[in-house]
Amino acid sequence: MKIAVLSGKGGTGKTFVSVNLAYVLNEATYVDCDVEEPNGNLYFKGDYQEKIVEVDVPEINHDTCIRCGKCVDFCKFNALALILDKVRVFSQLCHSCGGCKLVCPVGAINEKKKPIGVVKSGMYENHQIISGEMYIKEETGVKIIDELLDAVSLDKNDVVIDCPPGNGCSVMASIKDADYCVLVAEPTIFGLHNLKMVYELSRVFNKKIGLVINKASDNQMINDFANEENIEILQEIPFDKDMGYLNSVGEIVSKNKKYRKYFEVIAEKIFGDRL
Amino acid sequence: MKKILILSGKGGTGKTTVASNFINISKARVFSDCDVEAPNLHLVSMLSNVQNRENYYGLDKSVINQDKCIQCGICQSYCRFNAISFVNGTYLIDPHMCEGCGVCNYVCPEKAIDFVKSVDGETMLYKEDKVFSTATLKMGSGNSGLLVTKVKKQMQDYIKDDDLVIIDGPPGIGCPVIASMSGVDLILLVAEPSVSGISDLQRIIKTAASFHLKTAVCINKFDLNKKLSHDIISYLKANDIDYAGEIGYHQEIIDSINKGETLPINTQAYKDIKKIYDFTVNLLA
Repeated sequence: MKIAVLSGKGGTGKTFVSVNLAYVLNEATYVDCDVEEPNGNLYFKGDYQEKIVEVDVPEINHDTCIRCGKCVDFCKFNALALILDKVRVFSQLCHSCGGCKLVCPVGAINEKKKPIGVVKSGMYENHQIISGEMYIKEETGVKIIDELLDAVSLDKNDVVIDCPPGNGCSVMASIKDADYCVLVAEPTIFGLHNLKMVYELSRVFNKKIGLVINKASDNQMINDFANEENIEILQEIPFDKDMGYLNSVGEIVSKNKKYRKYFEVIAEKIFGDRL
Repeated sequence: MKKILILSGKGGTGKTTVASNFINISKARVFSDCDVEAPNLHLVSMLSNVQNRENYYGLDKSVINQDKCIQCGICQSYCRFNAISFVNGTYLIDPHMCEGCGVCNYVCPEKAIDFVKSVDGETMLYKEDKVFSTATLKMGSGNSGLLVTKVKKQMQDYIKDDDLVIIDGPPGIGCPVIASMSGVDLILLVAEPSVSGISDLQRIIKTAASFHLKTAVCINKFDLNKKLSHDIISYLKANDIDYAGEIGYHQEIIDSINKGETLPINTQAYKDIKKIYDFTVNLLA
């Protein structure tokens, strides 16, 4: 089963839940799709193999180009501009649709590969760990996320997908293959507001949904919402200073018996009879 | 006029807490929330009347006119976003996958693909004695960078020469963040003392530097891990980046958020943020 962990709001504990849930699931694969700010490897420490991710971007042959501007007009992403009588490419804005090359009447546009980040993979104990990292200054890591998920599309083991914050294109790319969405919320009005948003997103994509309340204390407003919408609460993880400290230094807290049960219960509730 | 943008790289470090209290301390007249994917500033802005509410149209999406379609499949073979599927003898475009590039429309021999307008979110402008610009992205839409630009544009006309504008930013380092950076005078980063927080801080510092923007850093939840907090301060020193101060781990911050208010003046958290504010404003002088 593929389980995506998301939250809308940042810092609610997506990576905390993903890392520890993957760790308690036998031989589960962990995928870090937060390619802008990846943190999974700070917990699953090790030497990982790196593979560069490339996208296609246009390259203009200025000798052939007749400066007709058809490519510039076609590009919906403003990645091309006719400046000082020369077509310039702003490759960060390019979505690699290939349209400019198609519309060029004189064949002056070719595509070349441009690296935008890396995919890192390796083993941690009996877990496969795959993470992506977008290069600084790039605008979007969706292509990296696609490659991460392609790498696990045929995985027979369970896969835990650690999603980016928000609910935009990176999150949509991260959850599209998931069978189940674990929503992680913290009990504040910010947490509740953003929970409502990712809940709606998960419903737009017709996913099965469960909720983890992290840094739990007075959870009334989150509980009320969960009741109203009939969302199963998988776990309430209380704020615990010692556990917070261990997590802050990059420890996998489920290695500790005292904390392991939080994540085992989440797994039991997701898998039901299968475990 | 000066603009301060609050960013963090990592989410949940306290951007909105810092932004809302900066707005309160400075009595800012114009401010905005550029975290369009998970906006929260309106919950503590203490403003209630949205005067302008407008649909946000992203890029037009392609839709197949089934009356004209001859099922040749050329569109599918050209689509680089796997947005077109063939189900029960019909080609269909998934609006969540379509990026609106227009390639399918162009290659269709029957001109059977139309462009349709797509509402991808909503912008909101509060105009009382204060002006607050914010927006929400519609679920399943994507392309939030463009919406961030709209949020900034709609407050632009209300900014006067002596205004200090506070902008609450999105997490990450990608297109919404880069869009939020344009035209600001200073970026204040809110860091958190954890291994994740430090890794993310370094990546947002590099991103800001690559656009030649002036940056200062404050640390929130300072006592969560004092050793790592001091590691951050050493890193800033070594890289010649201004350290604006720290905020302790205080329950009153969570209490004030849940009341939808900024911090009371007599709290330690308020005093911590006031110090950071004074330091930051000095940097702008």
